[in-house]
Amino acid sequence: MNNDRREFLKQTGWTVLGGSVYITLFSLLPGSSRAATATQHLYAFIVDTEKCIGCGKCVDACKRENSVPEDFYRTWIERYTILEDGTVTVDSPKGGSAGFNPVKTAGPVEKSFFVPKLCNHCRNPNCVQVCPVGATYVTKEGFVLVDEKHCVGCSYCVMACPYGARFVNPHTHTADKCTWCYHRIMQGHTTACVSVCPTRARLFGRVDDPQSSVYTILKKNRLQVLKPETGNEPLTMYIGLDKEVR
Amino acid sequence: MHDIITSGFLFPNEIEVHWSVMIVLYPYITGLVAGAFIVSSLYHVFGKKELEPIAKFSLVGAFCFLLFACTPLLFHLGHPERAFNIMFTPKFTSAMSGFGYIYSFYLVLVLLEIWFVFRPAIVQRALESCGIKKAFYWVLALGSSDVSDEALAIDHKIISVLAAVGIPAACVLHGYVGFLFGSLKSNPWWSTPLMPVIFLLSAIVSGIAVLIVCYWVVMVVQKKPVDTACLHSLYKYLWGFFILDLTLEVLEVLTMFYEAHEEWHIIARMLTQKLGFSYIFLQMAVCSVIPLVLLGFVSLKKMSEITRNKLGLICSVLILIQVLAMRWNVVIGGQLFSKSLRGLTSYSPTFLGREGLLIALILFALPFVTMYIFNLILPVFDKQETQESES
Repeated sequence: MNNDRREFLKQTGWTVLGGSVYITLFSLLPGSSRAATATQHLYAFIVDTEKCIGCGKCVDACKRENSVPEDFYRTWIERYTILEDGTVTVDSPKGGSAGFNPVKTAGPVEKSFFVPKLCNHCRNPNCVQVCPVGATYVTKEGFVLVDEKHCVGCSYCVMACPYGARFVNPHTHTADKCTWCYHRIMQGHTTACVSVCPTRARLFGRVDDPQSSVYTILKKNRLQVLKPETGNEPLTMYIGLDKEVR
Repeated sequence: MHDIITSGFLFPNEIEVHWSVMIVLYPYITGLVAGAFIVSSLYHVFGKKELEPIAKFSLVGAFCFLLFACTPLLFHLGHPERAFNIMFTPKFTSAMSGFGYIYSFYLVLVLLEIWFVFRPAIVQRALESCGIKKAFYWVLALGSSDVSDEALAIDHKIISVLAAVGIPAACVLHGYVGFLFGSLKSNPWWSTPLMPVIFLLSAIVSGIAVLIVCYWVVMVVQKKPVDTACLHSLYKYLWGFFILDLTLEVLEVLTMFYEAHEEWHIIARMLTQKLGFSYIFLQMAVCSVIPLVLLGFVSLKKMSEITRNKLGLICSVLILIQVLAMRWNVVIGGQLFSKSLRGLTSYSPTFLGREGLLIALILFALPFVTMYIFNLILPVFDKQETQESES
């Protein structure tokens, strides 16, 4: 009987230990945070590169709405100019906030287009994984945000973001980036950049709402994301993304 | 920010290099800790008796470097007053969150080992001194005055255990620093599984080299003869570890070159256009080839001890520069090219300022000042009074 009890306790002990190790390891895996916090990725951002005219109104609106410091950008526009000989030139003067001057090229242009960029609010965000103090986090709605009152300003998240979407704010000395205008969304508005886009190249909305501007596009379009090989699973998605865009 | 020279296209937020010379200094000092500790463990754990003259010094050196290993980080952080958030609210998915715990564990371990190693000397000084000095040494002795053979035998066992535990701890400490970089998949210059191993080996190499240089300086200042057997042994260890270190450093870049993923073209441009001096000339040519060849002669060839020691000293200094250049090329190099893989930026540290060269030099000098003060309080090179001579 004693042996049975000892055996039972031993097996229970091993089970508890094994379970604890499994749960601990599982909780350390990238992306597990959404399971642990029951995060729902309710929103998506769609960029239609076919429609963007590079006017820069979105960059300007973002700067004003979010008091973005000079020389740093929560969103910006890149202009790609691809010549017939295959040469690719990319520029983004002042983040595209003042529009773009006509491009001077060394040869005939095959194609030229604009690509707006912003934080991708990934499902498996690198930045959240590497933040040593939990100051970068995912809200229950799926927004990736920074708690500037808790951030130590180590810049590890800036290094970890493959999209160059983050910077250290020279005023707060903490990590800064696009919030998808969380403060506006929670009040029922759309993002500042979407609200001023004259061509509807930028769209934002709930993924589960048939009335949302992104709902039909998500259902019917073939979409791409930036750097899918990172496994970050961006929720900022693109229509008409060229292979030259990184 | 406006005078930063860039070429090609960078994402607009990438113009500024965020990890400055302070982040170069941090792994450099941490590496010296790990390397120095491993030398002390060669004596305490593996019984390499020829290293006895430097065994205590290596432990004290490790301790002094360890005391200041965090300071560059504090100068770098945007909010140094929140530094303890890393221990109070750690997020364990982050490689960086382990730093506080690993560092604290290692500091306690080294402190304990130092106390046991120097306990006989502390007690002796407490007995010989009077007044405030006596009180100071009694506090250091923690009230324990038992230096009987039995007590010292127990101390010796504890020292051996601490030194043995310290070896993996030292490996974790510095392998972890390499992991901080190696695990960032966003950066192709950093993201390689070799990174922790390279950091660890370069740490050992730099630790041995700094001990050789310091030992030389101390012996010259104190006008004492150097222990040639000890130095000869250190040269051999230095050569062996340096061969491994350099092999991996070369293999890492060779693999990138051979695989030639899409990022290789920008890395090649960075190495040739931005790191031509610090990587190609300093790290790889002058400070790798010369010590590699010379240390081979120093270790294997018959020559006068004076020549051997002079060559060994030159190699040690070159290797210290090599490892510093390697830290620079990893930390700064990784930020000089855009994640768009289309452009390069530049970085020149300022002399003044919170993250300037002056502060970096002061922070790097502080461990050596601490070693000097330590030696005033307890005899680092006097083997009569301490545990080593008796065990």
